[in-house]
Amino acid sequence: MADVALQSGKAAKELDRAAALKKFQLPDVAFAALTKGSAIMVLVILGGVILSLVGGSWPALSTFGFGFFTSSSWNPVTDKFGAAAAIYGTIITSLIALLIAVPLGIGIAVFLTERCPASLRRPIGIAVELLAGIPSIIYGIWGLFFFAPFLQQNVQPFLIATLGNVPGIGFLFAGPPYGIGILTAAFVLAVMILPFITSICRDVFETVPPMLKESAYGLGCTTWEVVKNVVIPYTRVGVIGGIMLALGRALGETMAVTFVIGNANRVGGSLLAPGTTISATIANEFTEATGDLYVSSLIALGLILFFITFVVLSCARLLLMRLDQKAGI
Amino acid sequence: MADGYVVSNKYSGRYRGNQIWMSLCMAATFIGLGMLALILGALFWKGFAGLNVAVFTQMTPPPGSSGGLLNPIVGSLIMTVIGVIIGTPLGIMAGTYLAEYGQHSRLASVVRFINDILLSAPSIVIGLFIYELVVRPAGHFSGIAGGLALAIIVIPVVLRTTEDMLRLVPVQLREAAFALGMPRSFVIRRVVYSAAKAGMITGVLLAVARISGETAPLLFTALNNQFFSANINQPMASLPVVIFQFAGSPYKEWQDLAWAGALLITLTVLALSTAARALSTSRKK
Repeated sequence: MADVALQSGKAAKELDRAAALKKFQLPDVAFAALTKGSAIMVLVILGGVILSLVGGSWPALSTFGFGFFTSSSWNPVTDKFGAAAAIYGTIITSLIALLIAVPLGIGIAVFLTERCPASLRRPIGIAVELLAGIPSIIYGIWGLFFFAPFLQQNVQPFLIATLGNVPGIGFLFAGPPYGIGILTAAFVLAVMILPFITSICRDVFETVPPMLKESAYGLGCTTWEVVKNVVIPYTRVGVIGGIMLALGRALGETMAVTFVIGNANRVGGSLLAPGTTISATIANEFTEATGDLYVSSLIALGLILFFITFVVLSCARLLLMRLDQKAGI
Repeated sequence: MADGYVVSNKYSGRYRGNQIWMSLCMAATFIGLGMLALILGALFWKGFAGLNVAVFTQMTPPPGSSGGLLNPIVGSLIMTVIGVIIGTPLGIMAGTYLAEYGQHSRLASVVRFINDILLSAPSIVIGLFIYELVVRPAGHFSGIAGGLALAIIVIPVVLRTTEDMLRLVPVQLREAAFALGMPRSFVIRRVVYSAAKAGMITGVLLAVARISGETAPLLFTALNNQFFSANINQPMASLPVVIFQFAGSPYKEWQDLAWAGALLITLTVLALSTAARALSTSRKK
């Protein structure tokens, strides 16, 4: 009797458990589907960005064809648009910014990892990250009211008087000191990307096994020789990845540049004169653009910018991913 | 004489080279920190000079007269809230998928890669996207479009931190919960989320810090509004856009307000990132 009761009780319990589990099944599946859907949403956003940019720029691209990339005329009155000046400005400002910020950033990272007293390491690291957190519009407004006048009064006359007379590169530093212009924009960009380069370089320098460094020190290497022969070769891929990441930021940066670039549509000539970049042109003109072709040309500029940054950032991520895999093994 | 021996003729070149390069590295650090000091110094000097009670109580003035920043402050708050409300759940869910379900699957790898690119994609392009998606079909600029543009910037930040934080939760915790018979989604929601709560909040704080200074995506989504408006279906003022407009103007009153606004944004960002840092260090202990 007792046996039977026990068995039927067991059966009832089994049934209860199945029912209870079933109650959990639906929310369980729903939650998993929801997370997967959100992940796919990221891909949808990327697809949406590409589709909308291609769609929006189609009128301009089909009207001007390949000439859109090579023409430097930008004339809303005659409806003739070309992207060459904006592409030129974007690339030249970013490259000059890298030229300034990369040596500085690597220098700071070397100082922080090799020479800095332990008590200063954390505060300086925090200060560098603080610099990275400042919104770009702050750099822009500071560049406009403080840095550009400073350059105009102190640095640019000096550059014109010295480098301006050097044959070959003299034309780059010719003309009056405007204050605002391509070189100023590049300087502000350099200040802006400096913290990115510094913090990535510091992070990858810290991945160097201490044993390698200590072996080199044990052989009698100086700090500089250890950095040059051990740290930098070991972290080369990561440093290049970090530089590419910073380049991606610099190419797409809008507000820091728009304030100080001067918005003049031209290719070549003096670095001290005003120019423009893709993002500055869009930011300055989009809301005032009238006519479908004008708006469409601005969106086409956006498409070009997105394409360039996508390629640069992809390269950066692939390089940094290779580094992660190396660290994983 | 031991020192003299080490720095003998043969080695003095290497010694001097080391001195020179290390001094250059130190100089680079001084330049970097000097720039930070210059920027913050200028900001505090000009910003506090422009800051007064009227900034918080009055509307943006017409050119040449004094006023405040009440409408852009409110507009920024509204659009930030919209951005966070839409972006955070999506980011957390997608991050959960990458850390808990997808892990090393092909879909997860692709999403992770694309997300890292969106994280540093030019924000002005996001503005163009929302313009095409929302503003052009609707026929007018609106606060909701601005909020959506900000949401798209929030998603990658929250996604990234959520995934990183969930991965830090020890596997043993999950296994213990599984052993008690908990279904997977319950383990994630009840056990993993509560273990990673501080880190996930850090991610949201960082995302708010990131969008509170974003200007480019708002320029042609929310546009601007000279008057007070809490209607998210209308053009809406925001602090960064007003700073952009006022700083570029020749009027002194406008420039002063731009500096005051810049100071407000920077203080907000600094407060948020300090809070995020405090939260993540308290978690480590």
